[in-house]
Amino acid sequence: MQAKLSVRNVYKIFGDTPAAALERLRQGESKAAILEASGATVGVQDASFEVGEGEIFVVMGLSGSGKSTLVRMLNGLIPPSSGEILIDGEDIASCSPQTLRRIRREKVAMIFQHFALFPHWTVVGNVAYGLKVKGMGAAERRARAMETLEQVGLAPWADSLPSDLSGGMQQRVGLARGLATGPQILLMDEPFGALDPLIRRQMQEELLILQKTLKKTIVFITHDLNEALLLGDRIAIMKDGQLVQTGTAQEIVTAPADDYVAAFVADIDRGRVFTAEDISGPPTAVQLHSDTPDQARRLMEDADSHALHVVDGERLVGLVTYKDLTAQSPDAMGRPGTLRQALITDFATTDGNAPLHTLYTDAGSGLPIAVTDGRKRLVGVVQPRDVLAQLSTETQAPTTEATDAQPR
Amino acid sequence: MLSPADLATLPFDDWVNAFVRGWLVPNFRPAFRAAQVPVTLVLNNLNAFLLFVPMLLTTAAFAAVAWRVVGSGMAIFTLVGFAFIDMIGLWPETMTTLAMILTSVIFCAVIGIPLGILSARSDRMWKVMRPVLDIMQTIPSFVYLVPIVMLFGVGMAPGIIATIIFALPPIVRLTNLGIRNVRSDLIEAAHAFGSTGWQMLWDVQIPLALRTIMAGLNQTLMLALSMVVITALIGAGGLGLVVNTGLGRLDVGGATAGGVGIVILAIVLDRITQGLAEKAKVGRVSLGRSLLGLLRFQGSGGSGSGAQIKKAG
Ligand SMILES: Nc1ncnc2c1ncn2[C@@H]1O[C@H](COP(=O)(O)OP(=O)(O)OP(=O)(O)O)[C@@H](O)[C@H]1O
Ligand SMILES: [Mg+2]
Repeated sequence: MQAKLSVRNVYKIFGDTPAAALERLRQGESKAAILEASGATVGVQDASFEVGEGEIFVVMGLSGSGKSTLVRMLNGLIPPSSGEILIDGEDIASCSPQTLRRIRREKVAMIFQHFALFPHWTVVGNVAYGLKVKGMGAAERRARAMETLEQVGLAPWADSLPSDLSGGMQQRVGLARGLATGPQILLMDEPFGALDPLIRRQMQEELLILQKTLKKTIVFITHDLNEALLLGDRIAIMKDGQLVQTGTAQEIVTAPADDYVAAFVADIDRGRVFTAEDISGPPTAVQLHSDTPDQARRLMEDADSHALHVVDGERLVGLVTYKDLTAQSPDAMGRPGTLRQALITDFATTDGNAPLHTLYTDAGSGLPIAVTDGRKRLVGVVQPRDVLAQLSTETQAPTTEATDAQPR
Repeated sequence: MLSPADLATLPFDDWVNAFVRGWLVPNFRPAFRAAQVPVTLVLNNLNAFLLFVPMLLTTAAFAAVAWRVVGSGMAIFTLVGFAFIDMIGLWPETMTTLAMILTSVIFCAVIGIPLGILSARSDRMWKVMRPVLDIMQTIPSFVYLVPIVMLFGVGMAPGIIATIIFALPPIVRLTNLGIRNVRSDLIEAAHAFGSTGWQMLWDVQIPLALRTIMAGLNQTLMLALSMVVITALIGAGGLGLVVNTGLGRLDVGGATAGGVGIVILAIVLDRITQGLAEKAKVGRVSLGRSLLGLLRFQGSGGSGSGAQIKKAG
């Protein structure tokens, strides 16, 4: 993975004497003691991470944990007290103001929680702002802005004022404004935090759809764990200015680094975190033509299951149940029953990446679910009992502090 | 009773005399004289222009603007009021007063808006600026007429300079306030897109502060009007002179006529600028459009806009 953005040992200390406070912090003094002694607030403490090209990196934490401070350091809105922030190898923290401006104009765009749209310009004027700053001519930037508005489905509102739009639409304008300059990196500080839940879901899905074609490198801030799990390729959990754990959604849910993280993930919707792949077993199946019902029954007994998939060559054609096979009686001519006679062709399949919650209904039927690849070949089998077991698994770490560390 | 004066008396008046007469006047008189050149230039041209344009045309122009930005009632008032001024024979004096006020307001804007912007951008600048403005607003205007006469002499231009000093504070204050009050997330957004300081000022700060700046301009205009009579004392002409002459001769009729002229002019200018302010609803108007409106309006006679806070200190 090529790192687009790397953050190395970044600290931010608010106050008049950051250097002194930094020294105390490095010597292991607590933040409260530092605040007491020097009046300096520790915003971010020793943050390090890398974000790969095209990756969505989510930073999540409670209010006041330093998320906004962290993301604002990534484009130099807040200078770090110490540490390096490299975008394509260029250090934001130590570059000249000109370089910083160029990076902001060309590489990094920001999307804000409360939209921060300019109230005195129309929607298209807002979207064209970044282009205007770059010095593009009026006609050209309007054309470009219109293209971007098309992308977010707001072209008909181009000449409205932002205040005439709903919150969701305003944030889409914000997104379009960020995208218009063609940046490679998007910084999003709780972009959907001010939207109501329904719109929020919709925007999350739209973002994912856009991301499929855009492949931007995104740093996404949120305090909503479900949002983090849905969007994040990787997630960093932040607490009191420190990143306490960084990893994929599955890693964080299955192995929380400490009580704090465990409390966070205690009541998440596991059905959205885990995918069919995570719980699928080996792609055991019988061949329609060459295997006999007896062989199938033995396989099921071995695997302690009551149904088995049937393939014809490479093609998945259906499944047979233990019950049906046992009930088979020889036909009039005394020949034993065949697999074909017991074959159930109406069966559930799923994609390996499908989240578990999409499997609830199929699991309810009691039959195993076939995990197939792009060419409809069987690559795994999900047992219904595993779906339900995974959904109800307790996280390993204790959840004693769950109540005071709930995501808000 | 013991009083501090028994211990020592300070010849404060002598010190000031020594400073002004002995140092400031001899050393800087040429500089001060030169400073009035641009004022005189603008004033003379405006005055000549307003006196040259036929009364009916000026009245029509004012009535048209009043009708457009306020309504038909104000247009009728303008027509009747200006006709009345003409009939009592004070039209030329009124135009001279108008020219003086416009000149003062133009200079206040040219000096005050940049000062306000600088004050908004630097806390240190504002720390210096604030007491200066406080002093300018608290010193009675009579008090600085004397040094102004010593430095600039008497006449129209010194009168306008006194007016500028008196009317400057609101525009500086409100420009500063307007720019400081621009939402910080918008400033942050502009920074995040890589704006330069100028781009930020021109695209974001000034347009969003425009309404407040215009309120400042309106207050400045009203303060300038209030100086009309006082500056006539040091030789500025116009309606102020009519009032002063009337008072001097105990000619109640003459003084009243001049006073009525000032009141009519004040009402018309104030209402029109208020109307403009309402039109320029915050966030609804592009900077270019409002400035254009402003210029168009100034060209045809009036000035400023935005009377939220009518009375200044
Ligand atoms: N300019 C500042 N001066 C002093 N302290 C600050 C400043 N900005 C932020 N802080 C402090 O730094 C800490 C982190 O703030 P930050 O805004 O980054 O939190 P956050 O995680 O974004 O919270 P929220 O979810 O509420 O947005 C807080 O304790 C805050 O009080
Ligand atoms: Mg925040």
